[in-house]
Amino acid sequence: MSAEVVEVAPVEKKSEPLFSKKNKKLISNPLDIDNPITVQVLGVCSALAVTSQIKPAFFMAAGLTFVTMFSNLFISMLRDTIPSRIRIIVQLAIVSVWVIMVDQLLKAYVYDISKQLSVFVGLIITNCIVMGRLEAFAMGNKPFPSLLDGLGNGLGYGMILLILAFFRELFGSGTLFKGWAFEWKVFESMGLHYQGNGLMLLPAGACILLGVIIWVQRSINGYRETH
Amino acid sequence: MENLVNIGIRSIFIDNMIFAYFLGMCSFLAISKKVTTAFGLGIAVIFVLGVTIPINWLIQNYVLNAGSLAWLGEDFASIDLNFLQFIVFISVIAAIVQLTEMAVEKFSPALYGTLGIFLPLIAVNCAILGGALFMVGRPYNLAEATVYGFGSGIGWMLAIVALAGVREKMKYSNVPAPLRGLGITFILVGLMSLGFLSFLGFSL
Repeated sequence: MSAEVVEVAPVEKKSEPLFSKKNKKLISNPLDIDNPITVQVLGVCSALAVTSQIKPAFFMAAGLTFVTMFSNLFISMLRDTIPSRIRIIVQLAIVSVWVIMVDQLLKAYVYDISKQLSVFVGLIITNCIVMGRLEAFAMGNKPFPSLLDGLGNGLGYGMILLILAFFRELFGSGTLFKGWAFEWKVFESMGLHYQGNGLMLLPAGACILLGVIIWVQRSINGYRETH
Repeated sequence: MENLVNIGIRSIFIDNMIFAYFLGMCSFLAISKKVTTAFGLGIAVIFVLGVTIPINWLIQNYVLNAGSLAWLGEDFASIDLNFLQFIVFISVIAAIVQLTEMAVEKFSPALYGTLGIFLPLIAVNCAILGGALFMVGRPYNLAEATVYGFGSGIGWMLAIVALAGVREKMKYSNVPAPLRGLGITFILVGLMSLGFLSFLGFSL
């Protein structure tokens, strides 16, 4: 939260088009200069824990995007009626309703993924991205921009998750898209023998890899921290 | 008794919340710049984990599990409330945190000065809810769950104090500019986690 960038939306006087420049920024900023994981440092736990393969990472990202979007929308609609002293509990209650829905859906349609994600579906409730966006954006903005902000941050989170999962699966087990019909054994299809790198499958490897991704991203976009 | 000691050691070192499961990373990264504040947050986490895990154990085993409402009467024996698990656990955690905050504010203003700002943060710390969810997945009894709660908290505090110590020293080293701050911290945490892997060799 040290690098949290709080957007203060100006008071809107006249109605603006549905996808104005400002609204597009709400989606594109989290993908780059305002990324929830690499810049705002939110939602790191699950990014490290579920990314050993692409398939669970994809479902986790989809679930989190869904939860962030709709909790942002609902909190934004209720923002004038929530007393500020108990707002954390109200937010948690609304978020957990959406998380229960995601959990039941995963259990019903992709049970093996639900088993693989184990406690991390439940932990979307305390995922700092959801709470952080509710506090920093939805409590002070209109419903539609809040929905877009949720979508943008979900996508920004999903992007980092998929990048991490791509490298971890490729170097950790030598496959891509394992568990899907179009699974690709990268090295075997080239006629090479590949001994999986166990470090990549450990959360510790994910941590180091995420550090490197942050390094690359900040070299490109010029974002700097003093210490 | 031996069993309890084993669970304690296991939850502090082998199944360390940070280095084995990477739970509670947000506050772990944000509040590990100084050893003293890291220590304060660590104490608060130990307390909240130690209190909420036994309470959630009681709720899970006497209310939520399939058939666990049988103590209310025959009619309730077939009820399964497991789908309410998340919302009940997080409400318990948020309520306990709020109560703790009020109690500390009333009885020990000095402690509130140091811990106060961290307490609301703890309600949304993944380690607390994660601890409760892990506890459900393991066949603990009440005493074991309590030990597990305190042990996980101590492990979390150990990790954050260690990282804060390293980060205080990092100020004096010449890190490449884009890697400064978050980037190097992640690499540090990864290396520390590799160190903690050596505890996996213990057989308890």
